Amino acid sequence: MRGLITVLRKEVKENIRDRRALFNSLLLGPVLFPVMFIALIWFTNSAEEERAEKTLEVPVVGAENAPSLVRFLEQQGTVIEAAPKDPEALVRSQEELVIIRIPAEFAEKWNRGEPAPVEVITDPSRRESEVAVRRVKSLLTVYGQQMGVLRLHLRGVAPQIATPIMIRDVDLSTAKSRAILAMIFLPYILMITAFTGGMHLAMDTTAGEKERKSLEPLLINPVPRWQVMSGKLATTMLFAMVSLALTLLSFKLTMPLMPIGTFGVDLSITTRSMVLILLVIAPVAILAASLLTLLAAFAKSYREAQSYMGLVVIIPLIPSIIFMSNPIRPETWMMSIPLFSQNLLIGEIIRGDAVPLAWYALSIASTLVIGLTLAVIAANLYNRPHLIFSGS
Amino acid sequence: MIKVTNLHKSFGKVQAVRGISFEARDSEITGLLGPNGAGKTTTLRMLYSLLPPDAGEIRIDGLDPTRDAMEIKRTLGVVPDSRGLYTRLTARENIRYYGDLHGLDKALLESRIEELTRTLDMADFIDRRTEGFSQGQRVKVAIARAMVHGPQTVLMDEPSNGLDVMGTRALRHYILSLKSGGHSVVLSTHIMQEVAALCDRVVIIARGEVAADGTKDELLERSGCDSLEDAFVKLIGSDEGLLA
Repeated sequence: MRGLITVLRKEVKENIRDRRALFNSLLLGPVLFPVMFIALIWFTNSAEEERAEKTLEVPVVGAENAPSLVRFLEQQGTVIEAAPKDPEALVRSQEELVIIRIPAEFAEKWNRGEPAPVEVITDPSRRESEVAVRRVKSLLTVYGQQMGVLRLHLRGVAPQIATPIMIRDVDLSTAKSRAILAMIFLPYILMITAFTGGMHLAMDTTAGEKERKSLEPLLINPVPRWQVMSGKLATTMLFAMVSLALTLLSFKLTMPLMPIGTFGVDLSITTRSMVLILLVIAPVAILAASLLTLLAAFAKSYREAQSYMGLVVIIPLIPSIIFMSNPIRPETWMMSIPLFSQNLLIGEIIRGDAVPLAWYALSIASTLVIGLTLAVIAANLYNRPHLIFSGS
Repeated sequence: MIKVTNLHKSFGKVQAVRGISFEARDSEITGLLGPNGAGKTTTLRMLYSLLPPDAGEIRIDGLDPTRDAMEIKRTLGVVPDSRGLYTRLTARENIRYYGDLHGLDKALLESRIEELTRTLDMADFIDRRTEGFSQGQRVKVAIARAMVHGPQTVLMDEPSNGLDVMGTRALRHYILSLKSGGHSVVLSTHIMQEVAALCDRVVIIARGEVAADGTKDELLERSGCDSLEDAFVKLIGSDEGLLA
């Protein structure tokens, strides 16, 4: 073990002096991801808020056909704009989000007590018009309901009779379980970090060492090759773990900066959840470090290793993408699938649900078995001489 | 003391070493002389147990590299063809890493580094990071880290590669001091002057075989030539790969 620890200590010292390693492991994940995440939420939120609070300006064609409806809209704070000549063209050319058209038959049908038509011209494929269209339609609905109530009163009928059903929402989601909507990205980011955190190290300690021509002299020292390789693996795991811990910590610190007002939810990670998440994801760091080292050891140079890494980064994304597009209920058997189980467990931990101990055990054990198997294969790679000399 | 008997090694269809035998004694410098691609590096790699031989026997002070690999690595000092240093570490840290891998006691290690710094004249750059070191400085660090555990047997693969005149002089001076210190030194080279200046015994290797073996005088006598260079060409039967 002495050799292993010597290698570990040297690799840590050397890579702490390497700006590239520091940037990749300690800066990229922990700083960049939370900032990106917060900026994203901030941006979507404020854009939505702005559209909802802005004064609604709607061109109305045929305003003269329904003066009382137009007056109602104005009382509700809507600015009625002059009627354009070709409303369809304006909407199509994206100059207007929504246009109201009141046909000539409106007054006639209204007077006869028939449903009077009002056209809302819009392009539903344009998502930014959603808010404006929703506001226009709800104003029209309110007006219609008010008129309906008035008409029933005039005929001496209790208006309740026209409302046979009343729907009440009973919302069982706690503040926390709604937070998962925002937090769905965290498992995703942590999975990527488990891989990117150690990626530079895996390449530098194997392909990099070969490229610098320091591998052959290193292996002439009286230390078994598996110990040399394990020391390198341990360094990669260590950097990945530190990267994960820093990422979690930075999420914990930046969560209070989130615009929670509009979500109305509690977006915080307790220290206990942090420790649990680290525990759950630690085996992934081991699996990732072994896989990356295994691949990088075959490369002749840092550059060649990099070209393999692009493909590896996709692996941790697969479960996240499946889970994001098709949410599923966690079940025990799913805990035996590495990467997938961590995604589910982290979600459960953030929701604050009680997670069965067996799930933790199964997830950690199954991932460790695969991770350590890969580690053993990687540790014995340099027993094949052609891997030491290739490219030299 | 090294004794090699009938060594063979192939890579796929290529027979790199085909029955090499020689001896390297203590207090002597043995030169493996041969053109590029003759099998010198492969032979050395088998000596320092990085490659297992296909056939043949190696004994270094009675030890067999295929069975006592760890033990042999403790008694060998090797300056291989690859001399990569860790550029983000200082020269001292590079040497200390190897000392730690040998499991040297801390106090002993530091005093060895001081001693090597003096012998190899490295005081000017010992605490600088090795990024941007000259070839000469790099070879000195590579030698120092190979010698940090005080090995009895020293193997060097083309040690003067890339060195300027002053660097080569310093290197020769150091190798001669190893000989007078009672070490057994084996160096591979394709440079004739190096052999003339340093070696007590010469093993001429060509196409994976020993073409001739003996002291300088014996080789001259056997070939009937006046100069070592002519003797070399005559003994290997061609002037292929002869750069010096």
